[in-house]
Amino acid sequence: MFSVFIFFNGHHEPGGGFIGGLMTSSAVVLLLLAYDLETVKRVLPFDFKIVTAAGLLTAVATGMGSFLFGEPFLSQTYDYFTFPVLGELELATALLFDIGVYLVVIGITLTIIQTIGEDR
Amino acid sequence: MTALHLAIIAPFLAAVFVPILYKMFPNIHTGWFVLAVPAVLFAYFLQYLPVTSNKETVMAVLDWVPSLDIHFNAYVDGLGLLFALLITGIGILVVLYSIYYLSKKTEALHTFYTFLLMFMGAMLGVVLSDNMMVLYMFWEITSLSSFLLIAYWYEREKSLYGALKSMLITVLGGFSMLVGFVLLYSITGTFSIQETIALSSEVVSHELFLPAMLTILLGAFTKSAQFPFHIWLPDAMEAPTPVSAYLHSATMVKAGIYLIARLSPVFAVSGEWLWLVAGFGITTLFWGSFSAVRQTDLKSILAFSTVSQLGMILSMLGVGAAALHFDNLDENLYVGATTAAIFHLINHATFKGSLFMMAGIVDHETGTRDIRRLGGLMTVMPITFTIAVIGGFSMAGLPPFNGFLSKEMFFTAMVEFTEFQLFNVDTFGILFPVLAWIASVFTFIYSMMLIFKTFTGKMQPEKLDVKPHEAPFGMLLSPIILVSLVLVFGFFPNILSYTIIEPAMASILPSLLQEGEQFYVDIYFWHGWTPELYMTLGVIGTGVLLYLGMKKWIGVYRLFPEGLSFNRLYDQTIIQGERMSEKVIGWHMTGYIKDYLLYIFSFFTAALLFTLFYKGAFVVNTENVAPISVYELILAGVLIVSVGIVMFTKSRLKAIIGLGVAGYTVALFFVIFRAPDLALTQLIIETVSVALFLLCFYHLPQISKNLESVRFQAGNFIISAAVGLTITLIGIAASSSRLFDSISGFFPEASYEEAGGKNMVNVILVDFRGFDTMLEILVLGIAAVGIFAMIKLRMAGREQL
Repeated sequence: MFSVFIFFNGHHEPGGGFIGGLMTSSAVVLLLLAYDLETVKRVLPFDFKIVTAAGLLTAVATGMGSFLFGEPFLSQTYDYFTFPVLGELELATALLFDIGVYLVVIGITLTIIQTIGEDR
Repeated sequence: MTALHLAIIAPFLAAVFVPILYKMFPNIHTGWFVLAVPAVLFAYFLQYLPVTSNKETVMAVLDWVPSLDIHFNAYVDGLGLLFALLITGIGILVVLYSIYYLSKKTEALHTFYTFLLMFMGAMLGVVLSDNMMVLYMFWEITSLSSFLLIAYWYEREKSLYGALKSMLITVLGGFSMLVGFVLLYSITGTFSIQETIALSSEVVSHELFLPAMLTILLGAFTKSAQFPFHIWLPDAMEAPTPVSAYLHSATMVKAGIYLIARLSPVFAVSGEWLWLVAGFGITTLFWGSFSAVRQTDLKSILAFSTVSQLGMILSMLGVGAAALHFDNLDENLYVGATTAAIFHLINHATFKGSLFMMAGIVDHETGTRDIRRLGGLMTVMPITFTIAVIGGFSMAGLPPFNGFLSKEMFFTAMVEFTEFQLFNVDTFGILFPVLAWIASVFTFIYSMMLIFKTFTGKMQPEKLDVKPHEAPFGMLLSPIILVSLVLVFGFFPNILSYTIIEPAMASILPSLLQEGEQFYVDIYFWHGWTPELYMTLGVIGTGVLLYLGMKKWIGVYRLFPEGLSFNRLYDQTIIQGERMSEKVIGWHMTGYIKDYLLYIFSFFTAALLFTLFYKGAFVVNTENVAPISVYELILAGVLIVSVGIVMFTKSRLKAIIGLGVAGYTVALFFVIFRAPDLALTQLIIETVSVALFLLCFYHLPQISKNLESVRFQAGNFIISAAVGLTITLIGIAASSSRLFDSISGFFPEASYEEAGGKNMVNVILVDFRGFDTMLEILVLGIAAVGIFAMIKLRMAGREQL
């Protein structure tokens, strides 16, 4: 939860996608230490390589998205929206980019740890 | 594209069809199809005779790379036409001869004729191009096709050796010539030879004149097998005999002579040109004829003889350059040297071609070319014998053959040269007729050897592999035509005078002619009792005596040990060159990463330190330095201690922990310097990497785990200290001399107003410089996939191995 908090606060407080991702993965590492590889794999049935790819895609897609509005690559914009549940929120396209970073970082850390772990 | 251009590239076009014809008509010797090409071209070039003898020239223009001033311009004048006729004329005879020489059953004829046609086209391109770059291109194609033809029997080791040697030497010269052309271009601003000639007075006074001349001469000397670059020619005799006859006597080796004659109007005014061309020519003449006598192989004798005759032509061209220094045409005796050069060029092509073909016939019919095994063939092969006698006597310079005429003119030129008053000729000039005379004696001796050792004496059938008999008529036809030309040119030399020789002279010495004037060319047998005649008589007398007493003095050659020959020099250069480069590579490419890092770091520090102090960029400026707080001091102390542990510890575990301490200290530094994002990231990354280090440590093999401290090496210490010092100095210098204010003032306000975020670092990462971040996560992704691949695919890789 802390990592998600850090991740979403990245724009205003210390934190962001990178640290958020690292923290999420350290949570998973804690799980790994507490249980074993098989259990964790059952609980989190993700292929982390695909997570990495998805994160990269998200990041590139946000960059491409700015083309649609005739802006240069990776131009970010933001606005305030009112959601029915959450009330008024500021949403920036930079957040989408950060989601990409987040996913990539989780993906790679866990890929590395899992691969090395399985090798033993 | 005109008919002339088509004529130049016709052999290339024809070469495309040779393999097709070879496959489609296996019963017909491919040479018959090829024969049409030089025949048609010869007829075509004959048409230009009236044109050039009227002092007219033809320039056919075709743009190729206009932006680089490279135009495929064909230029026909007397000199170009003379060579074009030689190339196509001898080409006809050589193709005809090769039809009978090469068997269609056992030889790969399609490759042979393809290479031969390539060569023919390239040679035509060399002599008819006006643009130097195009000339150079064709020049290299002649080198290449000659290389291919020498190595025609590629399963023989000697063929490959000879081909490689000729390639290395001629391409060396070719490159040098290219340099010369480029230098000429930088002087004149044009690649056109005719325009360069028009600017020749400008060229001579330019400072690049001498380098340009030397480099171009090097190209011409290597191609024309001049001393000391003649060594490739005897080894090129491993080629099939038609190739030796065509390339290595009549055409390619004359490309250098062509170049010298062609560029004479540009360079010949200078004394260096005269000395170099004439000097190298006369040396080559002497050395070639001297070396020819010691050979025992027919083709080797002919190869050295070619070398020596080329030297003779060249020396006459050099002496002919003296003509430019006396204006009065009527009394100008030196013009005669140029006449003699061109006349001998034609003569040499006729008699040397026929002699090579004779040697090929003897080889073909007896199975050997060694004169020690040959003898007494006169009665068995009467026609071949006649060919050899005419060709050989002409080469020796005996009347009534054409060789006599050119030799007389050669002596005249050499004797007159001693009277030349400029460029120190009056002191050293006496060497020229003396060397020329001695060389002629040797020429006489080897010509006699060639004739009499092969054809007279006792036949030694037991030494021969096959029973010798006269060659088929088709094989004899080409040499018969050539020796009849020897006779025709011998008795009626003046049919050549104004049709071919005079226009060619006009190309070589254009500045001497006024509008409408002609050189006076008259070649005749009887000069009266001149010094030349006495010299010839002396040559014959001494030659006969020396030939008869050969057994007594042949031991002279043992005074020249093998170890001092130029071949030895060449071989040693190649061998030592290879050995040296091997050594150099072995010395610095050790295969140890340690050594490569040493090179990288020392170069890095040397380059940086040099630049820093050479540019005077090192300054210390303490104005903007912030005050140092206690925390910082403490943390720096911790950092130094932890780094010290890493460096000097005996245990790897301690080193890892020390590294971790250093990492966390850096994170604390980030905290102090108010960088929370960095501190967080640093903390987590440090944890992960220490974990990974521990993992590595845990898996170390037991053997290398023995704990010893880092060995001390002075070299490493000096270099690492130097690297540290350099970086520190540069850091100080950089922070002391800031040129502009930082742009960071922009971000605090802009990050909220424009990007909608209060965390400046993160806004920079994802918004202002989001592109970097994107590629960094790509780097991380690649690293992950790489680790995955290395670990998971290890087994598969091992199985494949």
